[in-house]
Amino acid sequence: MSSGLRTQVGQLARRSALRTLRQPAQIVPALVFPLFLLAVNSGGLKDATNLPGFPTDSYLTFALAVPFMQGALFSVMNTGTDLARDIETGFLNRLALTPLRGAALLSGLLTGALLLGLVQAITYLIVGLVAGAELVTGVGGALVIVLLSVTITVATGTLGLFVALRAGSGEAVQSMFPVFFVFLFISSMALPLDLIQTDWFHAVASANPVSYLLQAFRSLLIEGWNLGDLALGFGIALTVFVVGMTLASRSLKTRLVRT
Amino acid sequence: MSGTSERKPASFRAVAGAVAWRSIHNFLGNPAFLVPAIVFPLFFFTAFAGGLSAVGNVPGFDFPSGYTAFQFVFVLLQSAAFGGVFTGFGIARDFEIGFANRYLLAASDRRGIIAGYATAALVRAFITWAVLTVVALVAGMDVGGGGVEILGLYGLAVLVNLTATLWAAGVAMRVRSIQGGPLMQFPVFLILFLAPVYVPLSLLSGWIHTVASVNPVTALLEAGRGFISGDPTVVALAFAIAITLPVLFSLWARGGLRRAETAG
Repeated sequence: MSSGLRTQVGQLARRSALRTLRQPAQIVPALVFPLFLLAVNSGGLKDATNLPGFPTDSYLTFALAVPFMQGALFSVMNTGTDLARDIETGFLNRLALTPLRGAALLSGLLTGALLLGLVQAITYLIVGLVAGAELVTGVGGALVIVLLSVTITVATGTLGLFVALRAGSGEAVQSMFPVFFVFLFISSMALPLDLIQTDWFHAVASANPVSYLLQAFRSLLIEGWNLGDLALGFGIALTVFVVGMTLASRSLKTRLVRT
Repeated sequence: MSGTSERKPASFRAVAGAVAWRSIHNFLGNPAFLVPAIVFPLFFFTAFAGGLSAVGNVPGFDFPSGYTAFQFVFVLLQSAAFGGVFTGFGIARDFEIGFANRYLLAASDRRGIIAGYATAALVRAFITWAVLTVVALVAGMDVGGGGVEILGLYGLAVLVNLTATLWAAGVAMRVRSIQGGPLMQFPVFLILFLAPVYVPLSLLSGWIHTVASVNPVTALLEAGRGFISGDPTVVALAFAIAITLPVLFSLWARGGLRRAETAG
């Protein structure tokens, strides 16, 4: 990376990070909402562990994978909304007048998502463990969980950038929330794939990549070091990142031509 | 005097009708409002009834109409509540763009503004419930209750919708900005999910059982589930709660309207 590009990325990353830190309205719901659902679901679905074949006797441990995915969902919304605001306020137009490179802009904008992802992952994990969740892979597993969570958060953040660049408005980014929400809901979020009885739901959840991202977290929490599950989880996250960045880069070119 | 007392109800109706018509027109004419209102409850119904159907096999779970009907009642009441909250978003938006101020200037009886928004919320809820009910029946939901019992279920949903609308209207008229959205939404979300959502109260344990036991939504859910299975339970308590809440929140909404009037 040339020093010019480093400076550009650095400046935008600093702006993105400060912007995220200065908006409690972005941070607080992203931390509180998933933990609230974790508390409610782990209390309400405790008896599901009595189902034959359920992988653990602690629903809290099973459900602890979900906040990491919900955090990623917030990343899509926050990253997309921030960029959409830059478009709406004309900030992107001003950037377009500078020799700024597209790669620098996109990378810099993801810094806020990275920072928030890190705070989210550490908070979810600490709260989960304090509440009584198990982590069979120990400290090493905790580090991999944080790494995986941040990777997923940044990867899904690229989708937020893409939507913002395509639509150009914060309202449009917000309206995409249900679309991303479906991926979470129609997955193995509440029960393991083997225990989903409704055929069509089982088929959709089995084809849904979110189920395998959840499984990567659960393997570390419940089973132990399962390299296959981890490789699949990281592989999906990196694929989403590459696809999201490619789409966002193309949309950025179109957006800058328009301006 | 008699002329004034004759005109007042007409003014109230005219204001309520005009506000309701515009809100319903906006709702039906804009897919960005219509689609989420219908699709979101279906997501919840699909995820809960489809994805969690195995929970119906948990030892001690003995709901006679099955897990689909068990979850249908929750999603129905949830959509009723969120229909009201989303109407609150519309009120806040009307204040942001200045349209609500025009209502305040033009309305001879401003209580009609709240009544109009509440009517619109109910109409949008009926549309959502129609779709949700058809989907649930197509999905094979077993309905054990008779006509009167089903009427009781939807009656509860209407009162929940009214309560949520009055709550959200009170917030929207105090904050007068869409930034008040989380304040409208989060308490409703909280009280709904701190009830027996996935399993009956008897199968809950620990802190969630304690909270659900004193949560008024629990009685509404239990009564609703009793209606759909043809085994009515806690009906008097549920309707006492469901009627008291809109009365209380109408005072809250009226207070919000006064704040908006004062703010101009």
